[in-house]
Amino acid sequence: MAGFTYTSGIVIQQSDVRRPLRHTALVRITHWVFTLSFFGLLVSGFAIILAHPHFYWGETGAIGTPSLFDLPLPTMTGGPSGWGRSLHFLSAWIAIFTGLLYFTSGILTQHFRNQLFPALASMSWRVLRATALDHLRLKRPVDRGSYNIFQRLAYLAVIFLLFPMMIVTGFAMSPAITSVVPQFVTVFGGQQTARTLHFFLTVVLVLFLAVHVAMVILAGFAARMRAMITGRPGPTKERS
Amino acid sequence: MSNGLSRRRLITSGLAAAAGASGLVYSARLASRHGLIPPDNGGIWGVGETLTYAAQRILTSHHSLAREFHRSQISRVIPVNGEPPKTEPFAHLSRDGFVDWRLKVDGLVARPASFSLDQLKRFRSRTQITHQACEEGWSFIAEWTGVPLSTVLNFVGVGSRARYIVFFAFDDFWDSLDLADAFHPQTLLTYGMNGEELPAGHGAPLRLRVARQLGYKSVKYLSHILVTNTLKHIGKGLGSGAPEVGYSWYAGI
Repeated sequence: MAGFTYTSGIVIQQSDVRRPLRHTALVRITHWVFTLSFFGLLVSGFAIILAHPHFYWGETGAIGTPSLFDLPLPTMTGGPSGWGRSLHFLSAWIAIFTGLLYFTSGILTQHFRNQLFPALASMSWRVLRATALDHLRLKRPVDRGSYNIFQRLAYLAVIFLLFPMMIVTGFAMSPAITSVVPQFVTVFGGQQTARTLHFFLTVVLVLFLAVHVAMVILAGFAARMRAMITGRPGPTKERS
Repeated sequence: MSNGLSRRRLITSGLAAAAGASGLVYSARLASRHGLIPPDNGGIWGVGETLTYAAQRILTSHHSLAREFHRSQISRVIPVNGEPPKTEPFAHLSRDGFVDWRLKVDGLVARPASFSLDQLKRFRSRTQITHQACEEGWSFIAEWTGVPLSTVLNFVGVGSRARYIVFFAFDDFWDSLDLADAFHPQTLLTYGMNGEELPAGHGAPLRLRVARQLGYKSVKYLSHILVTNTLKHIGKGLGSGAPEVGYSWYAGI
């Protein structure tokens, strides 16, 4: 029982203190606040779609014009899209503020550079192939204390590609915002195209979430959850 | 050592919280003075509504123009949402080709007035081809012809205390605009659509068109325009019939 320190009545094991946190408090807080707002966006997005579960390509589209595809959902007007849109925007604001906090701190603390940007050496075919084979064999991941190349690429794509695209396709549907920056919509070739892409991006993000949760379960659900809540994956070996 | 650290932390976070709280109160006062608080700012959605409205009012200059299109882009299919009012006064006006119809404009104005359709058509008109999206998700492009709302407002002389323009319709729907959208050059009182008279289903005899907001802000079957400095005493005081059934007052999205 070596090395205890006392801080206002809380006992902290010395070995824990010295080990750097797996996730900083800021990453943990923004992770869970963002999770909540993501579900808010998902549920409300679904509610909005119920008012018109048809998707088009180009500037315009309505009942009576050819659609790109139709979701097998009932059409419910005059209800879900009302509270849906209010929840969508409230969640979007929370997501934006959380995202900005995460983004700025990620740059300032070099979190992106150290934890997410892959080292050039790891971009070799050998590493990529080895990691791919590990995944294909459903090999239980070893905790190396850092992200593998696939994790890094997936997280980077979500943070720097999918979320920005989500925001811009959202802006493209706003006649007020596109009156200031018409390029938000013209770059996609039309408002209905932007709406359809906004939906496709949601599908990709939901797929990412499914893989993300599957990997967390595979890697040891309890330890990974503990790491994202308390900052530490679990009790250290030195415990008596 | 650890005690000193936690005390310092406590003091800093206390100061930060106090600064944050007073900052919030100050910005709320500032926002209110600059007209950045929407009338439907209460309830659980109020924060989101206020942030969206305030951010868009700050970012969009008062006269940023909605996109306009070429004639060849006008939609061939333009769905009609809802039916013209079935009340007897409206049916009577409609049967007579709206010759007896009048648009009343009053409230905080220097010269309250009542306009016939012919009188409105004598003002310099504006024709524009814009995209209109329904809050449900579908959309169309159409050409609209009408008199800019600003022309009519300047004609009656809007008082300096005015903050909102309220629109009443024959179908008992009502809505309102802030001055930024009311005096916007693309905000029209339309009587023509795609080169013809405004069809019955699209709001004849006169329909408001707000190019920078969703379709439901473009009130059909207009009967009365009121200039006011407060929306508190109209309906439930939320600025429009829309928030009373769960939709936002501001629909610039």
